[in-house]
Amino acid sequence: MNRARWLVTAVPLAWLGVFFLLPFLVVVAMSLAPPAPPGHSPLPAPGELLRSWAANGLDWRHYGALFSDSLYASAYLNSLLFAGVSTLACLVLGYPLAYGIARAKPAARAVLLLLVVLPFWTSSLLRNYALIGILKGNGLLNQVLLATGIVDRPAEILHTDLAVYIGIVYGYLPFMVLPLAATLMRLDFTLLEAAADLGARPFDAFWRVTWPLSRPGVIAGSLLVFVPAVGEFVVPDLLGGPRALTIGRVIWTEFFSNRDWARAAAVAVGVLVLVALPLLWFERRGERGDAAT
Amino acid sequence: MRAHWTVLPILLALGACGREEAAAPAATTAASATPPAAEEPVLNVYNWSDYVAPDTIANFEKETGIKVVYDVYDSNEILEAKLIAGSSGYDVVFPSARPFGERQIKAGLYEALDRAQMPNWKNLDPAVLAAQVDADPGNAHLVPYLWGSTGLGYNVDAVKQRLGDVPVDSWSILFDPANAAKLADCGIAILDDEQEGYGAALIWQGKVPHEPGPAQTEAVTKAYAGIAPYIRYFNSSKYIDDLANGEICLAMGYSGDVLQARDRAEEAKNGVEVAFVIPKEGALRAIDNAAIPKDAPHPRNAHKFLDYLMRPEVIAAITNSVGYPNANFAATPLVDEKIRTDPAVYPAPEVVAKLVEARTVPEEESRERVRAWTRIKTGQ
Repeated sequence: MNRARWLVTAVPLAWLGVFFLLPFLVVVAMSLAPPAPPGHSPLPAPGELLRSWAANGLDWRHYGALFSDSLYASAYLNSLLFAGVSTLACLVLGYPLAYGIARAKPAARAVLLLLVVLPFWTSSLLRNYALIGILKGNGLLNQVLLATGIVDRPAEILHTDLAVYIGIVYGYLPFMVLPLAATLMRLDFTLLEAAADLGARPFDAFWRVTWPLSRPGVIAGSLLVFVPAVGEFVVPDLLGGPRALTIGRVIWTEFFSNRDWARAAAVAVGVLVLVALPLLWFERRGERGDAAT
Repeated sequence: MRAHWTVLPILLALGACGREEAAAPAATTAASATPPAAEEPVLNVYNWSDYVAPDTIANFEKETGIKVVYDVYDSNEILEAKLIAGSSGYDVVFPSARPFGERQIKAGLYEALDRAQMPNWKNLDPAVLAAQVDADPGNAHLVPYLWGSTGLGYNVDAVKQRLGDVPVDSWSILFDPANAAKLADCGIAILDDEQEGYGAALIWQGKVPHEPGPAQTEAVTKAYAGIAPYIRYFNSSKYIDDLANGEICLAMGYSGDVLQARDRAEEAKNGVEVAFVIPKEGALRAIDNAAIPKDAPHPRNAHKFLDYLMRPEVIAAITNSVGYPNANFAATPLVDEKIRTDPAVYPAPEVVAKLVEARTVPEEESRERVRAWTRIKTGQ
């Protein structure tokens, strides 16, 4: 019995150790590595690295640069803004969707959930290329807008921040809907009837009963959207304009254009810190909420 | 609330990662330590996309019985990352001479060529070999393949309509804010490449692109600040389609790409006329090369393939197909007359004389330039 329990926890722990902790430590080590001679592997062998650290200490230069060069601060802020606004938009769009799915008959539910997941059967890269075709100057969206007389000349959408928001919200909406729907499906809707019996108007019933009970789903969905959106590279690169400075793009440039793996690693660790802090905050809040109910 | 802690590390890992690169090359399992005579009939080629004629590879396979595994990439950076990581499994790759080929040679990433295995070497243009001998001492590692220049691609009618009689023969069409402002509504595109971006702006100002120093970055930043509101985007490939479709009317672009756009517009009969000009102030020239990585599993097959590419009729067919001039003087008479007499592809000698090799700048300078370029294109 004890053995089985040990095994059950050991497997995921080992998995996390090998596929998360170890690579993460490599990234941290990389960020503290001394400059490599041009053209050589930017990551020195472990022995060499330890010798250099023993002789010269850790190389914190790249973390200093994160603060001294405003480029990185603007990229972090921009990425957080993109991710934050997209998460909100996903929540506003996804909540009614999830609610509808949860209130549907069980047979219809399966179909509706399938429809939410269906786009994932196509590669996200392809879907983003399809969005280019839809959003571009003479694309589908503009043809519709022109034909219906909403605009009299093609609206510039592709290569703007708006296109990035459209791409992220479209791509991540299912991550919001699925946990929300799962939470709402478990909700005991007789509670709403009870609220109505006690004189609550529909909005009050929603705000004071449904919303608090669905909060775990809201938090899970928001995290599933927010966290990957912060590091998103493909959407801003394909749909965004020149001004869409995001941290994903900065890491790409440092890694590929500059071959400065140390700087790229430091920027990546920065993302982690930036994302981990709000997560911890959410987690704390979640625990307090659980304790209160 | 417990549940999402288990997914959290995965999320963190997702958040921290950039973009997934294309799957690793088809690394062959061949143990190439055996003598070269016993080489299996396989060749792994890593080339730019759209950079051979449709039948180049098939003909080589038919003739030699060697199976070619052909992968493509779209930036020197991706190639370099794979070479530095080692054991790429590729036998022939196509680096640009500078700064990539040059520093990759310095880092010992390429095999020295055995010219005894390549009798067609004699067909190469001595002028092109001489132009990159400083990057590849003794021309020992790189076989010049195709070359191109960076100039201005434009929509003839749209530009004429907005600029009137101003001749399109200078970088001022792009960098003079008065001109750029008039072209903003029909769309201006800039290459997303710090070397090209610096090169064009510095040549326009009569400066030498590879000279290091903060004054250069300042001058470049100022040049782009003047036209920033009028630039639609920075991208190194989108402009081909957009020029052809009339989505943009002016692009800083690679000669071959702009000509591809011109041909596509002609084929589409959409009334868009695209032209390419090498500005009178001069322009950067880029020579793309073929080379054999140090750890190539099939070096003999690689030499055979390089020799095949140096055959006049083979490389002429490639030029006919992709629109870039080649570095093979024996091939010039075999190139379609329309292409070989087109000054946008094969410029007159006095124009070629104005082309500047994009010489390498010191590493720290180049990183600073890349960061400055990010600031320029994002308006930070």
